[in-house]
Amino acid sequence: MDFAIFLVQLLNGLQYGLLLFLIASGLTLVFGVMGILNLAHGSMYMIGAYLMWYFVQLTDSFVLAALLSAVIALLLGVVIEKTLINRLYRRNHLDQVLLTIGMIFVFNAMQSLLWGDDPLGVAVPGWLSGSISLTELVEYPVYRIFVALLCLLLAAGLYLVINRTRLGMLVRAGESNREMVECLGIDINRLYTIVFGAGVMLAALAGVVSAPMASIVPGMGEHVLISCFVVVVIGGMGSIKGAFVAALMVGIVDTFAAVLLPQLSSMIVYILMAVILIIKPQGLFSS
Amino acid sequence: MKTRTLYRGLSSALLGLSLSCSAISQAEEPIKVGIMLPFSGVYAALGDAGRNGLKMALAEHASDLHGREIEYIEVDTEARPERAPEIATSLMSQQQADFIVGPVHSGVAMGMLKVLRNKKPIVIIPNAGANAATGPWCAGNVFRTSFSAWQPSYPMGQVALDRGYKRVVTMSWNYGFGKESLEAFEESFTAGGGEVVKQIMVPFPKTEFQSYITDIASMKPDAVFVFFAGGGAVKFVKDYDALGLRGKIPLLGSGFLTEGTLAAQGEAAEGILTGLHYADEISNDANRNFRTAYETRFGKPADLYAVQGYDTGLLIAQAVQQLKGDISDRDALIKVMEQSTIKSPRGDFHFSKAHNPVQNIYLREVQDGENRVIDIAAAGLEDPARGCKL
Repeated sequence: MDFAIFLVQLLNGLQYGLLLFLIASGLTLVFGVMGILNLAHGSMYMIGAYLMWYFVQLTDSFVLAALLSAVIALLLGVVIEKTLINRLYRRNHLDQVLLTIGMIFVFNAMQSLLWGDDPLGVAVPGWLSGSISLTELVEYPVYRIFVALLCLLLAAGLYLVINRTRLGMLVRAGESNREMVECLGIDINRLYTIVFGAGVMLAALAGVVSAPMASIVPGMGEHVLISCFVVVVIGGMGSIKGAFVAALMVGIVDTFAAVLLPQLSSMIVYILMAVILIIKPQGLFSS
Repeated sequence: MKTRTLYRGLSSALLGLSLSCSAISQAEEPIKVGIMLPFSGVYAALGDAGRNGLKMALAEHASDLHGREIEYIEVDTEARPERAPEIATSLMSQQQADFIVGPVHSGVAMGMLKVLRNKKPIVIIPNAGANAATGPWCAGNVFRTSFSAWQPSYPMGQVALDRGYKRVVTMSWNYGFGKESLEAFEESFTAGGGEVVKQIMVPFPKTEFQSYITDIASMKPDAVFVFFAGGGAVKFVKDYDALGLRGKIPLLGSGFLTEGTLAAQGEAAEGILTGLHYADEISNDANRNFRTAYETRFGKPADLYAVQGYDTGLLIAQAVQQLKGDISDRDALIKVMEQSTIKSPRGDFHFSKAHNPVQNIYLREVQDGENRVIDIAAAGLEDPARGCKL
């Protein structure tokens, strides 16, 4: 592997990792603050991608479609929290798993009824469609660099909101002691609704920006959910910082293993996870 | 459902009678066709198209069946191999199906055949391409109206050589059908002096292809041959284009790479060369009539899987017609089926000794979002049926 190719692979790994972070951040946020294990998180990613496809057909505008999809996802998150999830706060994880697995089936069936089972695709918008030559053969599409930067921006935004705002303070307080937050006169239910809605929107946003790069197919959510859980477990359940570091690790390790250790490539991220859990059983940045 | 209850009532009423005069009751009873296709999950669209095609053919030929009605018993396989033996057993033993049509997924096919090989029902496979089904696992009662994995890929080795490609990278998901496709390509390609520089097997169902494609770029082969289907095919073709390899390193594939996926792939698929036993635009009367009738009936364009289901229906209809409605003699039925020629939308085909279609493989190139037939890659291609004792 010469140096130029090495750099391209590094870029591939970073880009994949950043996208993984975007999906995993919502999962870890919801778990960290609310203690809810949302297995239907992958479905939100799928819904984001399908909504994006639908609205691009309808409006013919990438930005408008992305905004519409994000808003609908946020509302969907709020409705799900208000009607279903809020029944589970006092129950154990097994009940949460049962409900959210059920939601996976419901969303998959809805996807099949609303949009059919054929693979769909969204074109890269014109203003992002160029590419940059990296080596004699390899080009890097501007859109994928855009997505990577957008993920970085969102990561920075999340960091600022959680560490520098009143809402973030409540989120952190809710993470460490929810009863105390309630005693201080904070409406914890409203906080939970906001956090869950934001979590759903982050996953859907990942689906939205993936739509032009991925294939929009039934089952795309479940596939991504597994990688997502690996990231959350490595990073430490509930830690946004952990999810960021872990997502980049998984992205880079997976990318290089695919080429350098093809026989191991299907299990390498799980090996990585096992090794990290042996050293740090709670994950890298668990609180 | 109503008609089924009626049949049940009728058949039990006739039970006493049929014991004494079986020839008469034979003509009264419906022919039972068990359908084992996926109607939910990833392959739901394929199962649906196959069922539509099958029913359409049998409805069109209803008058040729010598008064025999068709009773369908439909079971959703969910494309889950572990369920296949149980469903197959139930269709054979409880439902007493005369024909069992299915499946889409090769893993399910193996599970089915484990139970049904050399048993009474006639099995007709309308899609699953595992070489084994008409290879080491072939059986007198098992027919296939689709293809073997070997068929669409084997001629592509010669296609690559004809275009002057000497060094090729091959790539596929690491599962049976993918491996069989790459092996078939390699067989004709290396026999003609080509060299496979690297064979890349991607864990199924991973679709992060960027690192593999970057790796391919670093090797600078003359061309790339791949097997991917469905969502994976869309993602691969888009990644290949996004990393700038399209137009620089020609992309060849087994036909599934661009089948039912072109709308999603868009511009990225232009110029891809694939081999397959069908193309939407094949210009013969059978195909034109079929496509018009299918679209009128189901409100959407026909695809490959509809064609394969349709041909399965034609095969059943022809056999019943030739035997004048009496399919009770199993050996005679198999013999008639073996000798039939199907006037398929893909062009006429007949069956090999192993009961796999002997058919043309068309060379198609994606132009303006369509698979254009630019040549016949192999005419009347017969699967070698390695390991079949028929």
